Amino acid sequence: MAGLTGRMSTVVKAKVSKLLDRAEDPAETLDYSYQKQVEQLQNVKKGIADVVTAKKRLQMQEATLQQSVVKLDTQARQALSGGQEDLARTALERKNVAQTELQGLDTQVAELEDQQQKLTDSEQKLRAKIEAFRTKKEVIKAQYSAAEAQVRISEAATGVGEQMADVGLAMQRAVDKTENMKARAGAVSELEAAGTFDDITALGSGEDDIDHQLKQLSSQPAVDDELQKMKGELGQASAAPAAQIPAPSGDAAEAPPAEAPAPDPAGTAGEAGGPAEGQS
Amino acid sequence: MIVRISGEDQYRLADDLHGQLDQLAGAAHAAVDAEDEQGFALALKELLDFVRAHGDVVGDDEIETSDVILPPSDTTLQEAAREFTGEGLLPD
Repeated sequence: MAGLTGRMSTVVKAKVSKLLDRAEDPAETLDYSYQKQVEQLQNVKKGIADVVTAKKRLQMQEATLQQSVVKLDTQARQALSGGQEDLARTALERKNVAQTELQGLDTQVAELEDQQQKLTDSEQKLRAKIEAFRTKKEVIKAQYSAAEAQVRISEAATGVGEQMADVGLAMQRAVDKTENMKARAGAVSELEAAGTFDDITALGSGEDDIDHQLKQLSSQPAVDDELQKMKGELGQASAAPAAQIPAPSGDAAEAPPAEAPAPDPAGTAGEAGGPAEGQS
Repeated sequence: MIVRISGEDQYRLADDLHGQLDQLAGAAHAAVDAEDEQGFALALKELLDFVRAHGDVVGDDEIETSDVILPPSDTTLQEAAREFTGEGLLPD
């Protein structure tokens, strides 16, 4: 059988024979094979732990990005209320990118979940085969002559070796997947660093490289739409002056705390350093 | 004949199914040559489904060596192409 199946079989057989040709004496082969099998099982456990770690890391990033989305939305509203439409647009662009990244992370977490399940299944199968091998080697030792034992050991070890090679393949694919995700995770961290601004005024009017990149990444019409929608919610038909605008009655719940109308019973308005106050 | 679906199970198949198995594998191979991603996914699925439908799973406590080893169900076209060009899916 050429191609697909032939190549796959050849590669596995080569790996298995590499595992086996290290020992020539039957008793040695038995012990060596069994020892290698148990070692491999430990490696599988480590592989599963690595996948779980990678998954947790992605889930933490998801949580951070989720917070960024909420924060950027709030900041966009504040900027718009304060008449800083450019700033609001920047915040919404970043929010847009963060949301796209979130979707990507969701897919990746699901993929790792799948990998974890497959590796766990493989580990169970390998464990069962190794257990069968352990039983079989005692039988072989007790029942067969040296020459016959050699043949049967070789058969059994090859069978378990194939299972090991297969688990090795599953592990390698899992590692490849997490490596790809790490590269992406780097990009997300960059976004996180640029994604929100603790002090919204600190951004100023100038834009940095990241802003330009984000603009290219984000879908402009979506940002325009959201900006318009937000304006509507804030009761702004067009760009408002920098003056404080009283929250429209219907949207009181949506207005960020710093936008509370001027009379402030709690007396905190005086220390408000800017629209971002209370959000950082 | 013993057929392994990598990442899943080993199956015991009647020897006279070898011809059909060969044909299905050939279709998957042709899709890789044509760089037809959808065609490959479909052909691979048909191949693996055929094995699952016509074979009996080899128990975890049975030690058997496979006559044929098939790639995992989620093999991508790129992975399959690598496989053919000799780089291989399996780590050393």
